[in-house]
Amino acid sequence: MSEPQASLPERLAARFGERVRASTALGQVTLEVPAEQLAEVARALRDERDFRFEQMVDLCGVDYLGYGEVEWDTSDVSSQGFSRGVEGQGPGRFRRGEKAGGGGPRRFAVVVHLLSQAHNRRLRLRAFAPDDLLPTVPSLVGVWPAATWFEREAFDLYGIVFEGHPDLRRLLTDYGFVGHPFRKDFPLIGNVEVRYDAEKGRVVYEPVSIEPRVLVPRVVRHDSRYEQGRAESQAQG
Amino acid sequence: MQEIRNYTMNFGPQHPAAHGVLRLVLELDGETIVRADPHVGLLHRGTEKLAESKPYNQSIGYMDRLDYVSMMCNEHAYVRAIEQLLGIEAPERAQYIRTMFDEITRILNHLMWLGSNALDLGAMTLFLYAFREREELMDCYEAASGARLHATYYRPGGVYRDLPERMPQYKEHPWRKGAELKRMNAWREGSMLDFLDAFTADFPSKIDEYETLLTDNRIWKQRTVGIGVVSPEMALAWGMSGPMLRGSGIAWDLRKKQPYARYAEVDFDIPLGSNGDCYDRYLVRVEEMRQSNRIIRQCVQWLRANPGPVMVRNFKVAPPSREEMKDDMEALIHHFKLFTEGYVVPEGETYAAVEAPKGEFGAYIISDGANKPFRVKLRAPGFSHLSAIDEIVRGHMLPDVVAVIGTLDIVFGEIDR
Repeated sequence: MSEPQASLPERLAARFGERVRASTALGQVTLEVPAEQLAEVARALRDERDFRFEQMVDLCGVDYLGYGEVEWDTSDVSSQGFSRGVEGQGPGRFRRGEKAGGGGPRRFAVVVHLLSQAHNRRLRLRAFAPDDLLPTVPSLVGVWPAATWFEREAFDLYGIVFEGHPDLRRLLTDYGFVGHPFRKDFPLIGNVEVRYDAEKGRVVYEPVSIEPRVLVPRVVRHDSRYEQGRAESQAQG
Repeated sequence: MQEIRNYTMNFGPQHPAAHGVLRLVLELDGETIVRADPHVGLLHRGTEKLAESKPYNQSIGYMDRLDYVSMMCNEHAYVRAIEQLLGIEAPERAQYIRTMFDEITRILNHLMWLGSNALDLGAMTLFLYAFREREELMDCYEAASGARLHATYYRPGGVYRDLPERMPQYKEHPWRKGAELKRMNAWREGSMLDFLDAFTADFPSKIDEYETLLTDNRIWKQRTVGIGVVSPEMALAWGMSGPMLRGSGIAWDLRKKQPYARYAEVDFDIPLGSNGDCYDRYLVRVEEMRQSNRIIRQCVQWLRANPGPVMVRNFKVAPPSREEMKDDMEALIHHFKLFTEGYVVPEGETYAAVEAPKGEFGAYIISDGANKPFRVKLRAPGFSHLSAIDEIVRGHMLPDVVAVIGTLDIVFGEIDR
């Protein structure tokens, strides 16, 4: 295995310059790419001798709406103690348009995982779609045919449109499904329920009759105990 | 001249050779496939979305239900991702247990594949043979975790409990008594490790039995040699992994190249095919069972000699024992918080992959610092393999589609998620 001198993030920065941002966390390299240049960067990563990412392992959509938001505010203590109920519009309990952004300036991203067997390396690409209302990124089908189904899945679940995809149909959801179920503003319980109608003699779709509920509230803790716990378990080996 | 049009045919979702719920729309020119369009998603349950609404540990059980014939390997990818985010590592004994159970799972998966694929292609006996050995290994699953299939045995920070001291025995029954009962319980006198020792000593002879039936079988070869050829370039371009990649002669196995658990410490070989056809992949998978058998034996030996903890003693992620809870207030609080709220995972993202029996199974988790994952993406090997089926079967005859579906080793739990 030929191991080039400079580290992967450095070489990525040297090759692509200002356009991209490479970072390393937990030993994994992430490359943020502007959406319009995704296909071009991907092709270079596949073909150039320094990179040779010949396999696209995974591609998925991410919806950053409501990133870092909690359902249970633990910092706000009143005279009665902490609030116990789950209030407000946590993930999956608001409708589209009811809530603005949150997290970052952009909502939808496409995350691609690459593998170079020649160098035994992995790389993560992330491209944010410029438009939240009609998220569009270029298709990678021309670079790795493996992207065909992964992009169909991301289109189906997140409504991300891949420009240049030869056959962008829904993949996982039912024929005639409405909406993109993995978006954060799509309720976990769905919008419609089905039952067999004996009078009509067929299966009918109706609006859901149940209320969404939360069993365990989402909570973020920036707590020294977690830091301490990590240190202890690392000391133990 | 008479106008001849191509003929479109529906294959599945209720076809016995469709391995679950595959609906394949085939365009045929006579008996030759012109185009294959798989319609998947009939088993879509939204596992990833469900995981976003639950504390981390409550989703481990969902992982079993993805690829429901290689349960613990799926769990392994998921708990590894959480461990990476938390910055914890399981104790050595837990890692050996995981290595051993991953290999037991590999044998379980390959036996299922071998039996059902042979059945699809007309060799009925093998199905019965394969299930005979599967039964023994599922007893190990049950002894360790309490469940034969959906084990939920791995936890971030280790495994749920240590291996049992006694292997459960068959009880007397009108259909099995006397000498027959004694024979069935012969391996089950001691601990689970004793049982596995006896099983692995015997298992290579069982693999020989399977090979006697298939490897030189004329019909088997006619159905598989030269069928569904995948070139190395194609395997890479379509994101294939596992036996689909190695059958085409590419020496890539995460257990060797990016070792996890205790694969760096055990000795095993990676079988490779050369032609990339169904027959080569059959040979690769059969040899993988022999190698898994070797790994299990090494793990059994190590586990016998090295008792120790199987879970980290970090009460933020692992529950304290019942005993501790009874006389330590802290432990009681920890237990309560862990089972009501779960644990908080630091902000970050990670991708953790394992070499599952079918190929690379990966879990990509984004955490925003909460007690529930922000996004979970599960990368299933069968998903990539099935997406390439159009390319593989084009130009083949209709019966070859069955052979190709078999050789892809697809399970819809993981493809549809």
